[in-house]
Amino acid sequence: MLIALYIMLGLALVLGAVLGYAALKFKVEGDPLIARIDAILPQTQCGQCGYPGCKPYATAIANGEADINQCPPGGDEGVHALADLLGVEYKPLNEEHGETKPKMVAFIEEDICIGCTLCIQACPVDAIVGAAKHMHTIVASECTGCELCIAPCPVDCITMNPIVETPENWKWKYPTIPIKPAIHL
Amino acid sequence: MNAPINIAGLLKKTKAVFRFNGGVHPPENKAQSTQRPIGQLALPEKLVLPLRQHIGNIPKIKVAIGDHVLKGQLIAEAEGTVSAAIHAPTSGTITAIADAVIPHPSGLSDRCITITPDGKDSWIERQPQDWRKDELAPLVKSLRLSGIVGLGGATFPTQIKLRSANTAIHTLVINAAECEPYITCDDMLMRERSEEIVLGIKVAKRLLDAENVIIGIEDNKPEAIKAMRMATENTDIQVKVVPTLYPSGDARRLVYLVLGQEVPHNKRSTEVGIQVFNVATVSALYRYFEFGEPALSRVVSMTGNVNQPQNFEVLFGTPLRHLIKAAGGAKRDTSHFIMGGPMMGFNLPSDDVPITKAANCIIAASPTLFEPPPPAMPCIRCARCADACPVSLQPQELYWFAKSDNFEKAQAYNLFDCIECGACSYVCPSDIPLVQYYRYAKSEMIALDKAKEAADIARERNEFRLARIEREKQERAAKHAARAQGAKTADSSEKTTAPNDKQAAIAAAIERAKAQKAAENTKPKNTTHLSNTTKAEIAAIDARRASVGLTETKMTTNEEKQAKITAAIARAKAQKTDANQAANETPIKNDALAVDTEKQAKIEAAIARAKAAKAEATKPQDKGVQTKPSADAEKQAKIEAAIARAKAAKASALETKEQQAKED
Repeated sequence: MLIALYIMLGLALVLGAVLGYAALKFKVEGDPLIARIDAILPQTQCGQCGYPGCKPYATAIANGEADINQCPPGGDEGVHALADLLGVEYKPLNEEHGETKPKMVAFIEEDICIGCTLCIQACPVDAIVGAAKHMHTIVASECTGCELCIAPCPVDCITMNPIVETPENWKWKYPTIPIKPAIHL
Repeated sequence: MNAPINIAGLLKKTKAVFRFNGGVHPPENKAQSTQRPIGQLALPEKLVLPLRQHIGNIPKIKVAIGDHVLKGQLIAEAEGTVSAAIHAPTSGTITAIADAVIPHPSGLSDRCITITPDGKDSWIERQPQDWRKDELAPLVKSLRLSGIVGLGGATFPTQIKLRSANTAIHTLVINAAECEPYITCDDMLMRERSEEIVLGIKVAKRLLDAENVIIGIEDNKPEAIKAMRMATENTDIQVKVVPTLYPSGDARRLVYLVLGQEVPHNKRSTEVGIQVFNVATVSALYRYFEFGEPALSRVVSMTGNVNQPQNFEVLFGTPLRHLIKAAGGAKRDTSHFIMGGPMMGFNLPSDDVPITKAANCIIAASPTLFEPPPPAMPCIRCARCADACPVSLQPQELYWFAKSDNFEKAQAYNLFDCIECGACSYVCPSDIPLVQYYRYAKSEMIALDKAKEAADIARERNEFRLARIEREKQERAAKHAARAQGAKTADSSEKTTAPNDKQAAIAAAIERAKAQKAAENTKPKNTTHLSNTTKAEIAAIDARRASVGLTETKMTTNEEKQAKITAAIARAKAQKTDANQAANETPIKNDALAVDTEKQAKIEAAIARAKAAKAEATKPQDKGVQTKPSADAEKQAKIEAAIARAKAAKASALETKEQQAKED
């Protein structure tokens, strides 16, 4: 009887020590859920979801404050991925937040630019170079296509251009059977 | 693990060939283009050189439109590590640097340099190197300028393959299998230039410091085997004949065939000490070092539905049309042209594309040669594709995953190990274009990967930006706090002394100004001996001084006022700084005051100037102007002038009268 008690007590102490050590040793910093949600989001930083960036939106989702269907750049696939991750029902994109568009790249018409720096301040990823009263330009490779620079421009010199297909970014197409007109005999 | 070396050593003694899994036997169709020797082409009217002729970075253009270039001159320089240079294939003029259709499955245009040949074909000064004796490092380094890429079709820049890798290369495998139907360019090269190839192998062997060299040739090229055996007699180069089985020309398959060693799927062959070169590539290496000739041309098989199928030595950039003409022209029922073999090649967008470094074979296709594929039927899970797959994948599974965009699963089933050889599509009883699905899935996955990478960069940049904004905010706050702190400490000592100091300073300034004025007033007035004009001037100056003297009292009152205001401001400032506010408001106010006094001074100066001008006006009048106010003096002057004029008029009138009288 006593032996059994001692054994149980000893086990409890040993396991408790192991668990306590593990809790310290393998402590997880931050909320991994936010990071995982953030990894799914497209990082456009466009704010169409109503939050000032992808991370704040991820935080809001993790805290249950925001719905999973507020990210148009992420598209339907993004909503599916979030639904899978969070174990919730899929819902179609909320149209209030905009439509899914193909990725675009901002372009500054340099003849018109007056060098006001307003777009530089608006760019969430520092993809615009320029200085006050000097022409600005977009670093196309860093542009996320968030369109945040368009509204502040006082001379409307920023346009969104679709990404041009080149041999470099060209993709093989999904195999389709070409439909040919029937031959009339 | 030194096993590879041992295996290689063992294999050197054996003649054994190791068969890989799968493979197919498509009809060879090689005889047509081996009936004639390698032909030479006349210079075409223009050469169009796409910048994208190899795997890696686009080279940097070094010429401009209108430049005259010599044969072998560098026109685009390798950019970055993985890149290859481009040279002028003949002498001529650069006539365009613009987008043109390139031989690419997309059919899209890309940047090309167009050379119009001058017909002289004059060489630039060539710089041969002694590859037998020179130091290795500079030799390998100079390859960056050679423009040589893998001529088997992969077009991987050769200088990278020759750079001393982490692992020593013990075996060099020369790929002469040429397993795809129709293609015979390597076959003809071996038949005609076996000596050159063997010398090229020696170059590569020295640069790589490899112990063993094995040439792998398929047994459907008996003449090439004979030629290579003859050329390699008395050397330690081994010629290994492998059975004809598509795709034995794939580098990993060939390594297994000749060495019995499987290269792990996630490693390169160099990581296990084996390097593979195509025969045409080693021949180009030899020509580069021995004669200083960069990559300017290659042997191309022009075959299929043309009148005289033949291999040609073609300058890079030669329009395909020119090549077709040399092969007797395409037959009437030619529908399109294929670059590469019928298994792995792709349809060319037009016959206007240039021949590039990758073009080993051009096939004119017709509906009779290549029947259009029947419509695909559903997969019946017969697994014939799995039997045929040389990489031992599960093509039927990969097909399902690719078809349903289930890329994660496709990756788990090692889709990226697929070499796109087309053996699965070839055997499929349902005629499913399997490779097309794999290509689609692969490019989608690559695009997704790139998007992911871009998203990660965007996240990083956004986080950096937010951190920077936060840092700037904190810095600003810290600066404000520091300034407020400084003002506070200064305040406590200043409160008692500062106003006094300021007032004292103001008083001192007033004293100085008064003293100056007094000094001006005590100047001696020794004007008695002066002329009247000078006296008038002095009077004017005195008048000005008088006016200044008048305002002197005003000034002092003003200054007193200002002093009072500044004192008030100082008090206000002290109060404000107490409340940590308006640290920079007071300087502005002080500035405003300064501006006020300055303004006044300016106004006064202007008044003085005006007075002086008036006094000047009175100068010619030598009468007692001194006593009269200047405004009156002017008036009088005017009046007097008028009188003078009137007198003169009278006088002249009198004169005329007198004259008239005289005349009368």
